[in-house]
Amino acid sequence: MKSVVLYLHVHQPYRISPYSIFSAGYEHDYFADHRAKESAQNQTILKKVAKKSYIPTNAMLLELLQKHSEFKVSLSITGTFIEQCEQWAPEILDSFKQLVATGKVEIVAETYYHSLAFFYSQSEFEKQVTMHREKIQSLFGVTPTAFRNTELAYYDEIGAWADQAGYKAVLAEGWDPILGWRSPNFVYRPPQTSNIRLLLKNYRLSDDVAFRFSNRSWGEWPLTVDKYMSWLPTGNEQVINLFMDYETFGEHQWDDTGIFEFMRSFVARVNDSPWYTFKTVTEAAALEPRDVVSMPYTVTWADTERDLSAWLGNAMQQEALRYLYELEEAVLDADDTPLVADWRRLQTSDHVYYMCTKWFRDGDVHAYFSPYESPYDAFLYFMNAVRDMRWRILENHKGSS
Amino acid sequence: MRILMLGWELPPHNAGGMGVVCYQMARALAGQGIAIDFVVPYTAHHPNSEFMNIISTSSRNPVRDDGTWVYDAWHGAQKTFEALNDEFTQVAINHAKKSRPNVIHAHDWLTLKAGMAVKEATNLPLIAHVHATEFDRAGGSTGNPMIHEIEQMGLLMADRIFAVSKLTKQIIVEQYDIPEDKVEVVYNTIDYADFAEPVTGETYRYAQRMKQDGYCIVGVVNRLTVQKGLTHFMRAAAKASSRLSRFVFIIGGSGEQRDELIQMSAELGIADKVLFTGFVRGAQWRDIFEVSDVFVMSSVSEPFGITPLEAAAHNTAVIITKQTGAGEILHNSLKYDYWDEDRLADMLINLATSSALTAHLKANISEEVRGKSWQDVAGHFIDQYNRVGIPA
Repeated sequence: MKSVVLYLHVHQPYRISPYSIFSAGYEHDYFADHRAKESAQNQTILKKVAKKSYIPTNAMLLELLQKHSEFKVSLSITGTFIEQCEQWAPEILDSFKQLVATGKVEIVAETYYHSLAFFYSQSEFEKQVTMHREKIQSLFGVTPTAFRNTELAYYDEIGAWADQAGYKAVLAEGWDPILGWRSPNFVYRPPQTSNIRLLLKNYRLSDDVAFRFSNRSWGEWPLTVDKYMSWLPTGNEQVINLFMDYETFGEHQWDDTGIFEFMRSFVARVNDSPWYTFKTVTEAAALEPRDVVSMPYTVTWADTERDLSAWLGNAMQQEALRYLYELEEAVLDADDTPLVADWRRLQTSDHVYYMCTKWFRDGDVHAYFSPYESPYDAFLYFMNAVRDMRWRILENHKGSS
Repeated sequence: MRILMLGWELPPHNAGGMGVVCYQMARALAGQGIAIDFVVPYTAHHPNSEFMNIISTSSRNPVRDDGTWVYDAWHGAQKTFEALNDEFTQVAINHAKKSRPNVIHAHDWLTLKAGMAVKEATNLPLIAHVHATEFDRAGGSTGNPMIHEIEQMGLLMADRIFAVSKLTKQIIVEQYDIPEDKVEVVYNTIDYADFAEPVTGETYRYAQRMKQDGYCIVGVVNRLTVQKGLTHFMRAAAKASSRLSRFVFIIGGSGEQRDELIQMSAELGIADKVLFTGFVRGAQWRDIFEVSDVFVMSSVSEPFGITPLEAAAHNTAVIITKQTGAGEILHNSLKYDYWDEDRLADMLINLATSSALTAHLKANISEEVRGKSWQDVAGHFIDQYNRVGIPA
């Protein structure tokens, strides 16, 4: 019996609205919608995606969970997404609670702010994972037992950390240069760990749905469930790890592409099949690992390079995060709750993603998701926000001394 | 006396310093009783311009939908230029036939073609006022041959040529083969009284805060184009910062080099020190001077360059390149060759670390510009008009 492990990632960042040098020292609300054009406003985007994706997808998932006994799904939901829902669309959170209440939905741990903190500050990283766990506990009454790092950015140390922290599973990209002849369709163990299991994304089967589903220039279009089922492994494999952005359903692939119908019949087919079933990520981690897989350098689930170059590939991105993390001690010492929250919201990886200048090949994906005119504008707004943070720290200091 | 001035922009619809210079010149001449008909290629409201007669040659908006100015269209596609120029020329000729001015005064190549046509149609004397040549704008490379040709013909056909500096006169004589005695140097100036109203520097609260903490604030106001030498400036800024970290650089202006300069600031590791303001006017513009300790004009080739004078009027120490014409009248400024990044870095360090030197430079240069007025130079213009003009 092979298990389909469907894992969906739910996230929205707090985008910085056009924040010029003239705002620094005067306005401290970097994410306030009033400076942005309507289509780039955080609230507008959340509500738009809710209508196209969150509401109909949750309705579909609930229907499938109730209808098909074997169907299970794993979700990771970021803190910034939850905060936005609390602020503007609490009904979305209610629908997620309904899913979790079925007992067939696992919530996966991650950093609250969808940050790259692991690469900059271990202690900040751990604080954000704790914040996320506490938020999930209070909202859903469950405690995550599997971990994924932002953008699936993973290397051996993250596996070792997650093992130490007591997680049973950690997620990563099933990238060929790492796997060599091995298949992502087995459960693995990271080196120097005892209990944790490594689950690797089957990127071909995942991306057939997440990226290629509606692409008419793709040779396999249109993708039917029959065709897709015929691509599933048929040997002694253990798992088929389908990891993707939740927003695949309805936002990246619009309703009129047939993505919802595809999903409904795919789940029904797997459910009724004698060879396939569903597992959540932690359930899959109970399977016997086949081998040790080591990732000595960082692999992510993004772009053709599968590295961090979409976030840290150019000097602007590196500079932006350098200056931000340099503020860590001063921000935490300031005893100023809004300051800390703003500093953490600026850590969300989307901010540096908007500064990506790899326009060719992957650039179209980047441009689609950017609220700004150019990566240079994204950089200027971010740096002006960093300057304002510095200003606040100096003013705070003055007040307390 | 009546002057037909051919220009391409007037404030507040100006993309650069040219419009400001034209406006102040016209105001001073009007103050001396000269009637000014000022021709522009767009239609817009010009406040505080009752002293002259503004003639629009098209119903175009000065700022186009895409945020660029009419000027950019002139500078861009040849077809667009031809269309704009034909309208401009026709209206200018018709107007000249009616109003019979004494002199045609054309500003730069954009209006020079029309200037020649009006001269041909009316037999009126033509003064070509050179604020910049294509050699300057190209920043060391050869530039656009079509523009060179217009400049060459215009300078040959003109009855007299105004050059904004000796530097520019030299280019006109050497590169365009014009006899020296046909070219008159007429320096730009500022109306010091325009800056009487105090500004606060409050616009740049972050820079101000850093200044309180002992940072040296360095200001630049320029179009971000290759002519302005800002890549050299940026490397000098990085060199200075590597020796003394307490610098903030404010770069005011927009232009096609913006993205390159932003990326450069990141690659040089000084992105947090460099503030890009975008295009500024009003308080945002003046406050750059106000908050800055040092003002830099880094141009590769600057025929005149009015901003160092404006900076000086705000009690700011001034560093300019030897390739900047304004240096001929600003004696209390520090001067360096545009390519000499080490020299500029040294100057920045010296000013940042010696308050005595900075105070001395500030005091002397502000004394140099105090009380300056276009009225003082209006007489010079009128002498020249009398020399070539048809007697009234």
